[in-house]
Amino acid sequence: MTALHLQNFSVFRGPCDVLRNINLQVGAGECVGLLGPNGAGKTTLLRGALGLMASKGQSSIAALPLAARAQHVAWLPQAREIAWPVKVETLVALGRLPHLGVGQKPGPLDQAAIDSAIARMRLQGLRGRIATQLSGGEQARVLIARALAQATPVLMVDEPAAGLDPAYQIALMQTLTAEARAGRTVIASMHDLGLAARFCTRLVVLSQGEVVADGPPAQVLTPDVLARVFHIRAYVDHGIHGPIIQPLDVME
Amino acid sequence: MARGLGAGLVGMVMALFAVSLLVGPAGLPPLQALTALVRGDALAETLVMREIRLPRAMLAVLVGAALGLAGAAMQGYLRNPLAEPGLIGVSGSAALGAVLALQTGLAAVHILALPFAALAGAVLAVLLILALAGPRGGSITLILAGIAVSALAGALTSLVLNLSPNPFAASEIVFWMMGSLADRSMTHVILAAPFIVAGALVLLALGRSFDALTLGEDAAASMGVSLVRVRVMLVLGVASMVGAATAVAGAIGFVGLVVPHILRPLVGARPSALLPASALGGAVLVLMADIAVRVILPTRDLKLGVLTALVGAPLFLHLIYKTRAQGL
Repeated sequence: MTALHLQNFSVFRGPCDVLRNINLQVGAGECVGLLGPNGAGKTTLLRGALGLMASKGQSSIAALPLAARAQHVAWLPQAREIAWPVKVETLVALGRLPHLGVGQKPGPLDQAAIDSAIARMRLQGLRGRIATQLSGGEQARVLIARALAQATPVLMVDEPAAGLDPAYQIALMQTLTAEARAGRTVIASMHDLGLAARFCTRLVVLSQGEVVADGPPAQVLTPDVLARVFHIRAYVDHGIHGPIIQPLDVME
Repeated sequence: MARGLGAGLVGMVMALFAVSLLVGPAGLPPLQALTALVRGDALAETLVMREIRLPRAMLAVLVGAALGLAGAAMQGYLRNPLAEPGLIGVSGSAALGAVLALQTGLAAVHILALPFAALAGAVLAVLLILALAGPRGGSITLILAGIAVSALAGALTSLVLNLSPNPFAASEIVFWMMGSLADRSMTHVILAAPFIVAGALVLLALGRSFDALTLGEDAAASMGVSLVRVRVMLVLGVASMVGAATAVAGAIGFVGLVVPHILRPLVGARPSALLPASALGGAVLVLMADIAVRVILPTRDLKLGVLTALVGAPLFLHLIYKTRAQGL
């Protein structure tokens, strides 16, 4: 089953096009890392595909009606916003809103999804804390838990690892790959090439609004792509841990 | 909303409603006043109770609930604890309509001329705001449109005062703008109630959308919230409630700002739970203030809006101080 299908997909902002003729098909069980330098159009691709921005061409997700879309895909924006001093538990429970009818209260199924999301992000100890009083990294984990609690076939996250310490970065990526292994689809924009290479099943590289590389990490992260797109030189190795990449220096 | 809090607030509204019925210059003994209200056989007392005190107490509940609920809705939508119902310019425009009715002498022709002029002002403001803010877009364009409409209504109100032919008209306008529930009739209640109840139903239905907006507009939109629909319903709901409240009571400040602020910690900060709580809390605050104006200076017609601002501003400062002490 196709989780996301983009066809001749373009997004314009004023007179300039931010994305040009993107064709992308993502299936169930994939953990896709969306890479690219700043301003390449990663966030625009995700928001456009979700129908949050005006676009041209086809997006299978944006074509869904609003309520069906919220049950098909959970979206974690880059801006981590928690407007009110609510409890962690209350915040994670917001992920169940798309599954509740008018006036319907969360049932045992919803509670199970909330508990599982809290457990997967290791937030049991913070359940009763006020979310706005937590550290930035903890808030990020709470917000990811909200997206997990939505329990959708597709999970789209914008730079989920930003602001997390190394242990939680790895734990997060493991959670995301576990989601993919369970048959769901994860599409995450990222900047950490090392994490992307190690954990994603597929990498899509964007540059200046176009897809310039698409495939398994080992095929995508070549010295040529790193030089052309990211303007860096990196140490790349393929060992028992899969591809290992360590950026070394910036190319002139 | 926690059951205890809800019951407590309802109890307070009922108790204060009763007190409001028993306070007044006629100086009726409580028991006699209540019998006159219910039985309706004693002419003068019944008239006082049914035509003066009952509508006044009912209006205090309606106006307070309108301001409290509209304030909580504005704060929930804008995700800003400093938002208040006047922000979208409806109260300013309603006041302008009322001021024009006073200025032209229309208000003296019929008892409902002034409230209707105020409602017309509110409707005009809504149309202008929706046209200015456009069909798409987030809350920022709505605030900017609201500020523009408020400023325009304020300027036009000043212009009317400026060109006022005689000082009596000017002072009448100024006193009306201070806000009061004195000398209102059942006609005012019948006029305001449908608008306030309809607006309340619209705003209460938005509770879940406001909850989702806790995570920001983007996340809320991805969770099935139609931002366009929420914005239109918010404007219509707030305008209906605040327009009607301003039409019958004049401008009463600080209720919509302070009440949600006080109650937020008591409902676990959930925007949806804050809506009904703030409606009850607003009714409590306006009932208390309207009793206070009659008790503190019974002979001087102290204006309700003056008192709510006098009490509300220091209360607000105290809240800011408390927030600062928590290091937030």
